Amino acid sequence: MKKDMTPKGPTAAGGVSRRSVLKAGAAAVGAAAGSGVIGAPMIWAQNIKDITLNHTGMSYSTLIDIARKATEDLGFKVEMAVTDHAGMVNRMVNDPTSIDIADTEIWQTKVYVPQGVTQAVHTKRIKLWDKITPLYTQGVFAGKEVSRQGDSPYEIMYRASKDATSFHDGPTEWATFLPGVFNADTLGIRPDLLGRKVDSWADLFSADFKGRAAIQNIPTIGIMDAIMAMEASGELTYRDKGNPTREELEKTVAKLIALKRAGHWRALWNTFDESVNLMASGEVVIQSMWSPAVTAVRTQGINCVYQPLKEGYRGWGNGLALMSHLDGLKLDAAYEYLNWYLSGWVGGFIAKQGYYISVPETARQYLTDNEWGFFYEGKPATADITSPTGEKTNSAGDVRDGGSFEERFSKVAVWNNLMDEAPFLFAKWNEFNAA
Amino acid sequence: MTLRRILPYLQVAPLTLVLALFVVLPLGLVVAVSFWRFQFLVGPVPDFTLQNYVDLLSSETTWRLYLSTVKFTLIVLAITAVLGFWISYFLVFHVRNLLTAIALFLICTVPFWTSNIIRMISWRPVLGKEGLINQALMKLGLIDQPLAWLLFSDFAVVVAYVHLFTLFMIVPIFNAMARIDKSLLEAAVDAGASRLDVVWNVVLPLSRTGIALGAVFVVTLVMGDFFVVIVMSGGLSGSATSGIYNDVQIQNYPRAAANAVILLAIVLMMATAIFRVVDVRRELVR
Repeated sequence: MKKDMTPKGPTAAGGVSRRSVLKAGAAAVGAAAGSGVIGAPMIWAQNIKDITLNHTGMSYSTLIDIARKATEDLGFKVEMAVTDHAGMVNRMVNDPTSIDIADTEIWQTKVYVPQGVTQAVHTKRIKLWDKITPLYTQGVFAGKEVSRQGDSPYEIMYRASKDATSFHDGPTEWATFLPGVFNADTLGIRPDLLGRKVDSWADLFSADFKGRAAIQNIPTIGIMDAIMAMEASGELTYRDKGNPTREELEKTVAKLIALKRAGHWRALWNTFDESVNLMASGEVVIQSMWSPAVTAVRTQGINCVYQPLKEGYRGWGNGLALMSHLDGLKLDAAYEYLNWYLSGWVGGFIAKQGYYISVPETARQYLTDNEWGFFYEGKPATADITSPTGEKTNSAGDVRDGGSFEERFSKVAVWNNLMDEAPFLFAKWNEFNAA
Repeated sequence: MTLRRILPYLQVAPLTLVLALFVVLPLGLVVAVSFWRFQFLVGPVPDFTLQNYVDLLSSETTWRLYLSTVKFTLIVLAITAVLGFWISYFLVFHVRNLLTAIALFLICTVPFWTSNIIRMISWRPVLGKEGLINQALMKLGLIDQPLAWLLFSDFAVVVAYVHLFTLFMIVPIFNAMARIDKSLLEAAVDAGASRLDVVWNVVLPLSRTGIALGAVFVVTLVMGDFFVVIVMSGGLSGSATSGIYNDVQIQNYPRAAANAVILLAIVLMMATAIFRVVDVRRELVR
């Protein structure tokens, strides 16, 4: 694995890394070299190096490479722990002190904020707060209001005070979490095996792909893919796709079961790796997929496309929440880490697995012009594009599926969510599993 | 005098302690939690309610999952018993040299040197649409469409179970057969029994302890599995345990615990039934 990122960031300028500077005890030089992007106060550099921050989240965003780089840059230790969607909430609520920084999805805030296990992020302490995409902070994107179907980021963005256990309508100085990585999801396809063009969510249910389709077996997200397909194929029109009624859920799951009995589904996948294997082995030609999985299939030299669909995308987003028990020096360190998180390296790293970061302009410093053009601007690649681990995913001339950041995100139709009828959904989904 | 009375208790104390700590206590907790209440977004709440059991037993999903698990158990039991019996028979009565028999027996265990997961996953490239079998059949011109039912099907689940669990049948049956006095077989032949008569009337009855023990292994392993079913059926089939897993996913520990208690009761009933047929204890001291 290649770890060297494009040395454009000020941290790497002239080979002066934060850590070597700290080691030399030349704090002043460090402040000068680091202030541009990292901007950490260096006064208590001696105490803070004993601190260890635990960052816990889901596999797609909680990447060990980020912890390594943070530890190197910040002078204190950042550890990563990975769990799954259900386990994450479980751990935050039942064992809150085992986590310092919780990397959660938007909809998960609806579970843990009322439990009072996190403290709000003071926006004044986030240097780049004003640079964060208005998608999160104002609910608008590219001048237009963002879809509110499902749990859109703006709805949960603010709280009235540091310890408030409910959301606040409209901006305050207290953010629920620090906006992190996000993306617009769609279906993954194998164009070489499909035999025809795919441009609608309805194709997930199409009889043309009987026995060659798959859907994710994660109830909260799988149901969204099913709802998009239901509406696209004209089976059902939903009052609010992000918050379906019991009757709507019943009809949707009944359709999934009917398709299962008819042999439509080749498989239901539970984990990221399973989706990669299904696609790479050709068992499945169209399925629910996450962006890094598409990247992973492509690194094997197989043409897998993250196909834009005319009904729009299923959006999702993550943020870093501060657990309530953080205070004093440890809280200072946590804010240091949050500021570092937005400073560019993370954005550059995760861009290569197809994700966006809440402050794109700092990420740009860690991407080549070719990579920036390809991932954010929708321009044809001028040279090979590689994955975060350095394997080739695209050749010169390729254009990113769905185009630019702006083009993709202005077409988000619905957000990942925790619907009011979630317990009913889980019961119904079990029926689908057992059918 | 007193020492003589206390001594037996002291002798069983270590095992009793271990069993109490690692079997009775956790099991007691599971039973206790099974009567708790589940509150969505919060998790388990201490309470005393039978709701979890009522929910489970009145749900068609539960019955469907248990039926599917029992079906797999019976199919796998039948196949592994036949395989286990004949492989052991071959090793004990056909291979004359004891060393060769032991060597062959050890070869049976070779696949177990790798992990369960690898042994299971390795069926995928064999059974898949673009896998070994389909490619071979298509090259031979026997089929022109790959056989989809080879993988992600009940067939694939059974293949993986049989592969994983046959050894658990072979070992006890081999052990039981090795204790059969060879002169019994000679006597039967002298008395005019055919080869098949010998197997049916002498070897089979004398190996039943092994078959019973093997059956208990296979039943508990298949009834308790959820991973093989999910991986080999591509998530299309479920098992009793996968119902428990789904509940754990949403922190519904009370219902998961209730389901575990039900599963335990069913497995115990099956084991009791097996031991009713064969008195393993008496046979073992024979």
